[in-house]
Amino acid sequence: MTARLRVEDATIGYDRRVISQALSVTIPDDSFTVIVGPNACGKSTLLRALSRLLRPQSGQVLLDGESISSYRAKEVARRLGLLPQTSIAPDGITVADLVARGRYPHQGLIRQWTDDDEAAVVEAMRATGVTELSPRLVDELSGGQRQRVWVAMVLAQQTPLLLLDEPTTFLDIAHQIELLELFTDLHLAGHTLVAVLHDLNHAARFATHLIAMKDGRIVAQGAPREILTEELVEEVFGLPCRVVDDPVTGTPMVVPLGRQRDTPRVS
Amino acid sequence: MTGIRIADKAERVDFGTRVVRARIGRMWIRFDLRALVIGIILAAACVGIVVAALISGEYPLTLGEVWHALFSGERDFTRTVVVEWRMPRALASIVFGAALGASGAVFQSLTRNPLASPDIVGFSAGAYTGALLVIIVAGGTYIEVAAGAFAGGIATAALVYVLAFKRGIQGFRLIIVGIAVSAMLSSLNTWLMLTADLDTALIAAVWGAGSLNGITWQQAGLGSIIVLVLLALTLATSRPLRQLELGDDAAQALGVRVEPARLGLMLISVALIAVVTAAAGPISFVALAAPQIARRIAVTPGVSVPLSALMGAVLLGASDYAALHALPAMLPVGTVTVVIGGGYLIWLLIHEARRRS
Repeated sequence: MTARLRVEDATIGYDRRVISQALSVTIPDDSFTVIVGPNACGKSTLLRALSRLLRPQSGQVLLDGESISSYRAKEVARRLGLLPQTSIAPDGITVADLVARGRYPHQGLIRQWTDDDEAAVVEAMRATGVTELSPRLVDELSGGQRQRVWVAMVLAQQTPLLLLDEPTTFLDIAHQIELLELFTDLHLAGHTLVAVLHDLNHAARFATHLIAMKDGRIVAQGAPREILTEELVEEVFGLPCRVVDDPVTGTPMVVPLGRQRDTPRVS
Repeated sequence: MTGIRIADKAERVDFGTRVVRARIGRMWIRFDLRALVIGIILAAACVGIVVAALISGEYPLTLGEVWHALFSGERDFTRTVVVEWRMPRALASIVFGAALGASGAVFQSLTRNPLASPDIVGFSAGAYTGALLVIIVAGGTYIEVAAGAFAGGIATAALVYVLAFKRGIQGFRLIIVGIAVSAMLSSLNTWLMLTADLDTALIAAVWGAGSLNGITWQQAGLGSIIVLVLLALTLATSRPLRQLELGDDAAQALGVRVEPARLGLMLISVALIAVVTAAAGPISFVALAAPQIARRIAVTPGVSVPLSALMGAVLLGASDYAALHALPAMLPVGTVTVVIGGGYLIWLLIHEARRRS
């Protein structure tokens, strides 16, 4: 298994607060990796380290075999794109203008807007289905449309690696599925994706590689069918549940027991 | 995907506004047409203001006489009026206005707050404290007062930056700390004024209003050169601003080194306002109003640094012309900018609210 992006024996945290210690993670190339875990388990922190937003206190993050902090900032941005949890659309910006800002790592003082930029923005808007929205103001869009526009901006960066920090939060269920299907399309088109998701069933359905985290450690990793068990969910989330086959896709589906936990369990 | 050429116009991005794409030599650029046209109009207005300032006054001149005075090389009285008296003031009003506008645009963009200006890092209050100390305690000359203002302003800005620093700089934190430090310095300034005798206090008050009265080549020349260098530096380093507007995480993920970029831009814009304040005193409101007025006229997303600079130039140039010629008493330009800029901004905001409703 080759991996352009991995974490090697890293201690990650903020100031004196350590979140993860001696953490090693490999993101398999051409995978759609999803990181899951309870709140404050360190999954977003791991994503920040992978995207160089956070420098490990010890150990390192390797991008194409070299420490990610040894690259120039724009060089990292040409290989690895990130959809942050919160971004701000400037007042009065149009969709196309926002998507075009994703071209920054390819531009300079002399080359401010080339034909390559134009082609990349056209392609990114086509792939995310926002071409029709292109002249509209971002403020006027619905939440689902707006998130697609942000994905288009990251796509315009034309990076082989895409990191997504809780991309479906704040969206209704239909828009969540629509967005996850878009990610699958991008995955099939050759991108390596790493996403932090809250919904286990979405993770099980769309991920090719699942990483389950708790207290800053990795509890299990592998294909969802192999690792997503009732025991794992109980251990990681402390949630008694049953795992059944998804009637549509056959992937594991987590059904919480909740208050029904006293009813006899079928083994 | 790289290397694809644009086949036809249908493949072009629809930006929702008219956009000019140009290739000049090895340079590839894209302009918003409306912003470009507004920029040209504002630049023309600057030239118009300078010409008007050169011909009008108690010794009115024709365009021909001004031309003659500028380029004939004859050393007569007209030349003295045009080149020695009127030119430095006209030039200073335009160049200093541009400095204030650009500086305000950088701060508003960095803090993502339309009410921000270099004043929020305590610059004006600090500069005033520096100048007051020199005027009242040392009774200094013009240059010493300028140096005092410069030192006071820079020291205060540095203090606010350090106090607001916590794992990087956040716009909101900077504003809160800036307001606190400004308020403390303002009370110190009041106390200094009360301890001074009447004549000294009057000199200090006039300085504090911000004025281009009595400006000579000594201040206008040197000040303009420094401002033009800093303006070029601002434009060359302002590209990351567009990314920083998207949030720190997004900017960094797009290849901006967030803290160095922000510190660099802040230093340049504080330097811009420091030069102006040292030469002319704290001219209020231009840095605050120019970016917002420019943004509303040109309908740009976020504030634009070059347009704000041009708008600042027109605002200060026009205000100084009004202060000198259109109003009965020779008012300090600082009081006029508040009236003209404030009035115009209110009109724009009402106009905008009506259009939207």
